Amino acid sequence: MKQPLINYTKILRSKNAGPLYITFDLIFDTKENYEKVKSLLTKEMVAKAYDMDIKLIDFIFYDVVNSLKITFPRKNISGSLADDDIYGCQQHMPLAKILIGD
Amino acid sequence: MKIVALTGMLGYGYSEESLEHAFSEKVDYVGVDAGSTDPGPYYLGSGKSFTDRNAVKRDLALALPRVLEHKAPFIIGSAGGAGSKRHVEWLKEILFEICKEKKLSFKLAVIYSDVSKDYVLEKFDNGKMINMSECFPANREEIEKSETIVSQIGVAPIMKMLEQKVDVILCGRACDTAIYAAPCLFEGYDHGLAFHMAKIMECGGMCAEPVSAADVMQGYMYKDHFELRPANPQKRCTVDRVAAHTLYEQTNPYLIFEPDGVADLKNSKFEQIDERTVRVSGSEFKMAEVPTLKLEGVKCSGFRTISPATINDDNTIAHIDLITKTVSDFVKENTSGIIKPEDYNLSFKLSGGKESSLSVIIDIVAKTQAIADTVCALARSRMLHCDYVGRKSSAGNLAFPFSPSDIHIGEVYEFSVFHLVQVDDLSETAKIEIMEV
Repeated sequence: MKQPLINYTKILRSKNAGPLYITFDLIFDTKENYEKVKSLLTKEMVAKAYDMDIKLIDFIFYDVVNSLKITFPRKNISGSLADDDIYGCQQHMPLAKILIGD
Repeated sequence: MKIVALTGMLGYGYSEESLEHAFSEKVDYVGVDAGSTDPGPYYLGSGKSFTDRNAVKRDLALALPRVLEHKAPFIIGSAGGAGSKRHVEWLKEILFEICKEKKLSFKLAVIYSDVSKDYVLEKFDNGKMINMSECFPANREEIEKSETIVSQIGVAPIMKMLEQKVDVILCGRACDTAIYAAPCLFEGYDHGLAFHMAKIMECGGMCAEPVSAADVMQGYMYKDHFELRPANPQKRCTVDRVAAHTLYEQTNPYLIFEPDGVADLKNSKFEQIDERTVRVSGSEFKMAEVPTLKLEGVKCSGFRTISPATINDDNTIAHIDLITKTVSDFVKENTSGIIKPEDYNLSFKLSGGKESSLSVIIDIVAKTQAIADTVCALARSRMLHCDYVGRKSSAGNLAFPFSPSDIHIGEVYEFSVFHLVQVDDLSETAKIEIMEV
């Protein structure tokens, strides 16, 4: 059964990595959940959730701590007139809601 | 060699007891990070600090006598939050005040890291500017509009000051890592280990459990590894926390980009050596072929007035697009011949809606504060009473939480420069003053 991505994680957060980038950290409860998401989550899904060019999306798997990092450029950089989240720490919900499962 | 990180951010506090524990054995160096671009471009533009003066003074005043007693050079990075000359002067004044009150004297080095527009334009014209994001390319016009530009210095100028045997090094904008890596490199330790340890220590107690950046962290550097142990005896470092730390705020958890090169953590090993201590080894470093410095610059984009409000009526919320368009058109018509449309930007920051209330911030950024005020007053009153088909709540559309409803924010700054420049010398932007305090 498909479930929201957030259900597989113990930490799912967004944050600026400098004012030009937004970065998402997903830290998983178990190796099993980590491996499952690693095999099922695609850049296409993230691109669709954030209306972002797929070429700009970076996935980095960090096996040591069962974590995935997703980074892409901010469309409205921090503090620009159209920005509404200076620290970028409330941008994670579209990612959290992506449905993952068999 | 033992280094102490006072806290994750100067002015965010730490426990005095932790500090005492840290200084109960010989301390060789002390550092603290005092800045960040996280709070946005305003602070660099306005010359103000996002940290509180009294809190910064408290954090410094507790540490300074111990630092001098231990003859441990004390490195403060990114003074005043944004690290421009004005920010450095602000922190210098606080330091002087503490010295007077506590009758302390020491040798102080101040490293200013501001750069002129001409410096940046020359880099731009010579193709020595590198974009950090393809969504934010370097632009000559934007450089020219910049009011304040700082360079983020690395370890090089700090190491020069350590050579001069100064007691306190007050830096303008600096890499967070430079604060802690500079002493390690000065003492001849490995680059990979130095930058990896520095990256973790610059957040203070962040990699300890229970988590709080506002606490004292201790780093012990050895020939082929380093160890981290929180100063607070109730806290512990764990392998998971230490390993996961390089995820935070970074674009890549394996690579730490520095002016001198890149730290590579792919082969780093983490071991729990006792209940509270983690040992790290295997971190590597690759020197850059051409060293780079990051520049941060801001321009003034005008003056802001806002009016925050809430809409609770479902029917009003359903008509929000019509209402905002009506308001925008009304403002344009009613200021015709008086205010040029290009002299202001009116926007509506909306959140919530459908199942809950809709939060509205009427946001105006204009050429002058007077124009922003005029546009805000017109937009707010029109929005309050804007009619639509089927409207029953005809007394008003907006719940205002405050009187006055319109709030002056003042100057608005935006980043105009956020790029790397190739340099011949990593100290070329550093202007140094040494003085006896």
